[in-house]
Amino acid sequence: MARRVSLFVTCIVDQLFPQIGMAMAEVLERLGFAVAFPQAQTCCGQPAFNSGYRQEARQVARHFLEVFENCESIVVPSGSCTSMVVHHYAELFADEPRTRSRAVSLAARVHEFSSFLTEVAGVEDVGARFEDVVTFHDGCHALRELGIRSAPRRLLANVRGLELRELEPREECCGFGGTFSVKFGELSGAMARGKAEAIIQTGAKTVVSLDPSCLMQIQGALSRAGLSIRTLHLAEVLASR
Amino acid sequence: MTSRETILQRVRAGLGRSAGQTVPDPPAVRIQVAEVDKETKIASLLARVEALAGRAVRAATPAEACEIVREVLGKRSAVASNAPYLEECGVTGLPGVRCGITDREELRKACAAADVGITSADYALADTGTLVMLSSPHEARLISLLPPTHVAVIPASRILSGLDELFTILPEPAAVTSSMVLITGPSRTADIEQILVRGVHGPGEITIVVVG
Amino acid sequence: MSLEFDSKIHKTLADARLQQAIYTATGRFKDARLKVVAQDVLPEYQELRAQANALKKHTIDHLDHYLEQFQSQVEAHGGKVVFCQDAAAVADFVLTLAKERGARLIVKSKSMTTEEIDLNERLEHHGLEAVETDFGEYILQLARERPYHIVAPALHKTRYDVAEIFEQRLHIANETVIEKQAAIARAALREKFLAADIGISGANFLVADSGAVVIVENEGNARLATSAPRTHIAIAGIEKLIPRAQDLATFLKLLARSATGQPLSVYTSFLSGPRREGEIDGPDEFYVVLLDNGRTRLLENPARRQSLYCIRCGACLNACPVYRKIGGHSFPWVYSGPIGAILTPQFMGAAHEPGLPFASSLCGACAEVCPVKIDIPKVLLELRADAPHNRWESLAFRVFAWLMRHPRAYELAGRVAASLVSSEGVRWIRSAPGLLNFGPIRAWLAERDLPPPPAHTFRELWRRR
Ligand code: SF4
Repeated sequence: MARRVSLFVTCIVDQLFPQIGMAMAEVLERLGFAVAFPQAQTCCGQPAFNSGYRQEARQVARHFLEVFENCESIVVPSGSCTSMVVHHYAELFADEPRTRSRAVSLAARVHEFSSFLTEVAGVEDVGARFEDVVTFHDGCHALRELGIRSAPRRLLANVRGLELRELEPREECCGFGGTFSVKFGELSGAMARGKAEAIIQTGAKTVVSLDPSCLMQIQGALSRAGLSIRTLHLAEVLASR
Repeated sequence: MTSRETILQRVRAGLGRSAGQTVPDPPAVRIQVAEVDKETKIASLLARVEALAGRAVRAATPAEACEIVREVLGKRSAVASNAPYLEECGVTGLPGVRCGITDREELRKACAAADVGITSADYALADTGTLVMLSSPHEARLISLLPPTHVAVIPASRILSGLDELFTILPEPAAVTSSMVLITGPSRTADIEQILVRGVHGPGEITIVVVG
Repeated sequence: MSLEFDSKIHKTLADARLQQAIYTATGRFKDARLKVVAQDVLPEYQELRAQANALKKHTIDHLDHYLEQFQSQVEAHGGKVVFCQDAAAVADFVLTLAKERGARLIVKSKSMTTEEIDLNERLEHHGLEAVETDFGEYILQLARERPYHIVAPALHKTRYDVAEIFEQRLHIANETVIEKQAAIARAALREKFLAADIGISGANFLVADSGAVVIVENEGNARLATSAPRTHIAIAGIEKLIPRAQDLATFLKLLARSATGQPLSVYTSFLSGPRREGEIDGPDEFYVVLLDNGRTRLLENPARRQSLYCIRCGACLNACPVYRKIGGHSFPWVYSGPIGAILTPQFMGAAHEPGLPFASSLCGACAEVCPVKIDIPKVLLELRADAPHNRWESLAFRVFAWLMRHPRAYELAGRVAASLVSSEGVRWIRSAPGLLNFGPIRAWLAERDLPPPPAHTFRELWRRR
């Protein structure tokens, strides 16, 4: 029987980038997984947590726990939302031992998409073809909180027709940062422009990342600058043939 | 209550500790002394000092060291420390070299006027190109500090592999001196536009002569 | 966020020359650090960080013990320890001592702690001359500015700025060569060193088992300030303690590498007490001022206590994408960058600059480079949780949390929001500024475009499969 995975598509993919979720489902199905989408899912609670609203974050986190508690493996198209569940839920429920242990046991089953493919499914070549010059943006939470560096690069290396050109500087924030992007809009915008300049330097036509929110930020800056460089989630690249 | 008591009490209140409560041992000291042979240490020291834009030369004998110092001095005036090793090498007898000063004021004036300060050093650290100077009746602080050029003459036997060996040999520097200074290259600043300028307060030139 | 904070950020972002200067300087520090902590150059780097963190944690967790040990060791070597609760107490102590010694001139070496308590201003106010002797600090003192960076105080100044300052304050015209500017400073300060009655330094470390003050520097001014005058006063925060001299084998390997990419700084002074019998030079008197100034308050919260582990290497500033854009003077207090963002609210209170803990994308670059492994983003999150919340924002997050627990309502709200950010909605918002406060969307659109909302949400597409 096919192994079962459940998607947590995140609220931003659900609302703004459904194609990312569809692409992720397609890749997983192609690899033989039975893909489920628990309908009651919403958000991981990170927006509230990062803005200092712990009570509200806890409420949303509790909902997440209820929705996903019985799922075997949960795959997420975002390093940032994965990290919220994996790293911060335990801290959120520090004073509620029972909920905390539920959160800890769930955390072990929540996986960011690229590392699910390479570490859990053991796949590096998904049989994709994508004729383009691309560059890869490391989302900060995937990079520093989850330590994901090589998984997306190994997956991209096996995409036929794809040429990867690394950014310089390689590991710099795009300036999104959730509510930071609007509380400090001018600063966040300046950071995004810095990222856009680094992208232009690579000569790539497409920017790939693991995080839809970084992509939204980068796309917003590229488009405002009148550039036609597109942004895609890794799943979209891997889904193409 | 004195400020001392107030602060200590606040510290304890913050930490939830009481006066005199016992303290567990701190994490074990992390010291790993590398086994490095003498020639490698000398080579490393010379290379490191040169990389720092200092000058490092090796002399086979004390007499040769003395000749090197003579050459470095040229016609310049110098103050030498009271380190016995300098006398052994004959450096204190070189023309233009003042030595044997034991009075603070006299030393200060001499150092402020001299072109070169000549010292030995208690140790040198091979992996960083560092001189280790302990203040004592033999070594005053200002000789390696006030004159624009510093020349240090040390026997090769005093070269240690690095910081770990230094703190193994000298676990409590305060037991032997009121001042230990580690000197790694010439004085420098890069405060403006990150342009490197040497000799901003301390010596801008440093020469280390390793003997043996 | 205060208007002042906002306008300082705006001014810095708009200054192209300054942007370039900050970015280049921090970039060089960053690269220099990376080279010397690389796996093949310093394989033990991560172990050293873990050890440094464990040592700092242990010391801070038992700080009362180490303070007492330090004091008794300093006294055993003939020095004195002075506990001061705040800035005024430090100034009082220095003024009284200066008066007793008939001192008028004080030479100072770079110390963030004395910046924190505005010591120079306080001393000058009472007729004492206190001269900064670090080259960068000297320039800033002439310009009457605060340090821009905890390691490179004059990082924002060019040679032309220095020329102007020298012209105005020293009446030396047209000197734009940096070497010559340094020579001018050297000559002016040399006189001060030789004439000064008191030398004031900071401390990078206080060594409990030795009663020693450790000072790390590149210029030699700290050595001069602590060797030439008859009296040496070291002023340090109580958190600067480490247990043993041997622990320097850990900390010294990390400090200069993290700060400037040097394996060791040019001068590391380990000073324990006044000069001893037979020593030819050095101070006759040795005082260590241990400053609280709010530090004990930080001890109360175990998660935030780690803010006191900082060894002021500046690596987090160089790594921080926010510092690299807004520079040091946008920050509301002497400590800037990530460490400033966590220290300032804890020292000065959240109201000092309510926006500060939020001025971060939480990218984590600071924690990655911190040699003592302070989890700065975690502390920022804690400070955010404690920050006074705006009424409208609180309401918004309450609504958010409710919606996220009610999937059907969430779905409906999503569709309504989508129509607002649809291309017509966006055009309307952008053309009607000030009419309605669509704060977040407007702030977003001022800098960036929004993707057009999709025709269907993911869950709609999924249901149709
Ligand atoms: S917080 Fe860490 S990285 Fe930043 S200055 Fe302090 S020790 Fe250095």
